[in-house]
Amino acid sequence: MLLYYLRLSALSYKRNPILSTLMVLAVAIGVGAYMVIYTLNYTMGGNPIPHKSSQLFHVQLDTGDPNLENDPPEQLTYLDATALIAASPAFRQTASSKFVAVVEPSNPELLPMITNNRGVFGDFFPMFDVPFLYGRGWDRDADDNLEQVVVLSRDMNERLYGGRDSVGENLIMDGLVYQVIGVLDDWTPVPKFYDVNNGPFDASEDIYTPWNHIVDKEFSRQGNTNCWKAIDGSGLQAFLNSECVWIQYWVELRDRNEEQAYMDFLNSYSAEQKNLGRFERPLNNGLFDVEEWMIEQEVLPDETRILSALAAMLLAVCLLNTIGLLLSKFLGKSGEIGVRQALGAHKGSLFIQHVIEAGFIGLIGGILGLGVAGLGLEGVKYLLGQDLLVTDWIQLNLPVAITTIVLAITATIIAGLYPIWRACNINPAIHLKTQ
Amino acid sequence: MEIGPILRAMTRNKLGVVLIALQIAFTMTVMINAIFIINERNRLMARPSGMEEANLFHVSSIGFGDDFNEQIVTADDLAMIRQLPGVINASETNAIPVSSSGSSTGVRLVNDESQPSVGTAIYRSDEHILDTMNLELIAGENFTATDMRYRSESGATLAEKTIITRALAENLFPDVAINDVVGETLFMPGGTSIQITGIVERLQAPWPTSSLIERSMIVPEQFLDGNSLYLVRTEPGERDRVMSEIEELLIAQNDSRVLRGLSSLTETRADTYRLDSAMSSVLWVIIITLVFITCMGIVGLAVFGINRRRKQIGTRRALGATRFEILRHFMLENFLITSVGVVVGAALTIGFSIVLTTNFDMPAMAWYYTPLGMLSLLLIGQLAVLGPSRGAARIEPAMATRSV
Repeated sequence: MLLYYLRLSALSYKRNPILSTLMVLAVAIGVGAYMVIYTLNYTMGGNPIPHKSSQLFHVQLDTGDPNLENDPPEQLTYLDATALIAASPAFRQTASSKFVAVVEPSNPELLPMITNNRGVFGDFFPMFDVPFLYGRGWDRDADDNLEQVVVLSRDMNERLYGGRDSVGENLIMDGLVYQVIGVLDDWTPVPKFYDVNNGPFDASEDIYTPWNHIVDKEFSRQGNTNCWKAIDGSGLQAFLNSECVWIQYWVELRDRNEEQAYMDFLNSYSAEQKNLGRFERPLNNGLFDVEEWMIEQEVLPDETRILSALAAMLLAVCLLNTIGLLLSKFLGKSGEIGVRQALGAHKGSLFIQHVIEAGFIGLIGGILGLGVAGLGLEGVKYLLGQDLLVTDWIQLNLPVAITTIVLAITATIIAGLYPIWRACNINPAIHLKTQ
Repeated sequence: MEIGPILRAMTRNKLGVVLIALQIAFTMTVMINAIFIINERNRLMARPSGMEEANLFHVSSIGFGDDFNEQIVTADDLAMIRQLPGVINASETNAIPVSSSGSSTGVRLVNDESQPSVGTAIYRSDEHILDTMNLELIAGENFTATDMRYRSESGATLAEKTIITRALAENLFPDVAINDVVGETLFMPGGTSIQITGIVERLQAPWPTSSLIERSMIVPEQFLDGNSLYLVRTEPGERDRVMSEIEELLIAQNDSRVLRGLSSLTETRADTYRLDSAMSSVLWVIIITLVFITCMGIVGLAVFGINRRRKQIGTRRALGATRFEILRHFMLENFLITSVGVVVGAALTIGFSIVLTTNFDMPAMAWYYTPLGMLSLLLIGQLAVLGPSRGAARIEPAMATRSV
């Protein structure tokens, strides 16, 4: 029976090709455009580490300007980051900051290159489930003893060592010798949740090294630095003692109790500092898990949110259009319906027949809509430019493709309900008379 | 005119009327708000930076190795670049307008840290920068080579002079004539004082979305941190040629460094505003698609309505109606339906615009957008229905006598 109805649908399509094609196009464009925007939102606003995002927390201490009532600074000062690390009461914790360095490759054919790097603590790798291709990260001793070790990104390993297992090699970074102890597999969380202050859609860093080296070796720091208070004196030490914030700080807390305990720790730390004359504002420390932090930082651009609303309206217009066209189409074949009813077809089977016919149009519209969405996404990638990391991630995947088709079919059937109801309720006698 | 019969005919096909009216309403909402967003982005992108952008390019030099002396290398580099054929001038600067990356600071009129400060972008550069950027000096004078200060450690500014923008001057000294601002003293964070020795008409801060976009100050100072950013102005038409040669020339001067970020100001501007121009393009696609689909809907339903009424049309023609009257009937019918649509659309448009203003930091829409939108959709409706109506007008009176 299903096959018979599908064949009827195909026949009906052919009998009225212009009207049918218009409908298919309307569905395809509406659903396609909607899916382009949906994919953008889904990629840019997705949860980059779903299995443990609720156990990873961004730490915020309110060290802000007492004369202002703005939000607490997003990052930490050197004084606070080192104090929190020294106490280390959390299950895992890491301070993290960006720096650049010049790497002189051992391969004489390669020119010296500028690398974008990140200083982190050893906990960074297990905390964020960073995948390793070769070797491993480092432990707390390496952090404390300033061991000159690095972990390379897969891409950096490709550029420096042609992709082979480079563990044990020496790397010259800003004239200093570091030992490669690990190479990462591909790892580009989108958004880059662990550092949304410096471009939430930027690429991951090339080289990771113990964070203490940034200060110890005076690497060239990169990334957002904010000072509400003038630095007292000049030189590195004055900067380190200042109220300038430039360090991201993350902790892993496995349950509510650990979360509460850590918050208590932060608050008692604040109280201590208040006694020393810092933290002049009312107590307002923050622990944000990954999803809360991305909402707090408004990672998803306004543009994609505005476009979502506009795309939803575009889809609505396309479906209104489809209702009108289906109505014309179904009422246009009143004669045929009359004959079928006179020959004994139930209203129920007429209903199913037309639902299938609407679904058939939705299916073709959905398949075409996939093409529209694919083209649309290529267009968006072209507009955004290739240098933006997120363009690599904007693509149609299987769940999105299935959603597109299902959305097209459901939407068309819903749009068709009223036309179908009208078609099933015609009076056969009138239409038979005119035959 | 036959408004009465048309209205009665419309009540026979309420759903058709509602469908078209709703489509018109949504189309108008999207179209008008999208056009407003596009205009708003264009306005932001059109703000001048104050520089002669078409002939500028920039490149960064990052030195490495212990015997790299940044102060000497920079001086040599700039001297070499300035004498290149086709080059007008070149400067080292810590930041460039439109690039999204730079420094800001707060200045005060009194040396008291508890007083509120005025935020401003700060450019650390040299006495050539006015000519390199081709800024318009409206009061005071340029720096000289002896004003230059060099420092290798972060901390308070060492420079004793500054040139500020007119917008910053007006913000700091609202009641003082612009010429009299020259000679005034400002206090930098940390309490060091600095004298205003010149004022330029315009120099944007590096961050396009910043609220202090027009406030900038230039100080004659170089921060020796191993990273030098060169900005070069060429003769018109010479930029691309100089750009293609510059990297080799710089490496030939000194090879213990890495060059990066060679880019013309035109490219930098395009990168900075990429999201805005992408947004505009996407919105145009949405507008065109929507108008197209709505026109298809209008045509589809009009054809359907006309085909159902072929016999009635024939009868009217037989009873003496002219072709023009038939045409007018359908045009008028569409006009009435579209009118309902644009009235609903006006309400939706304004509502959506309020949502945008309250949630997305967008300015309020100017009043004339909505009436212009209503007019243009009425026009679009009339154009879309013209074809089918002319088809209806061609129906012969003899149609009345035919059965089906």
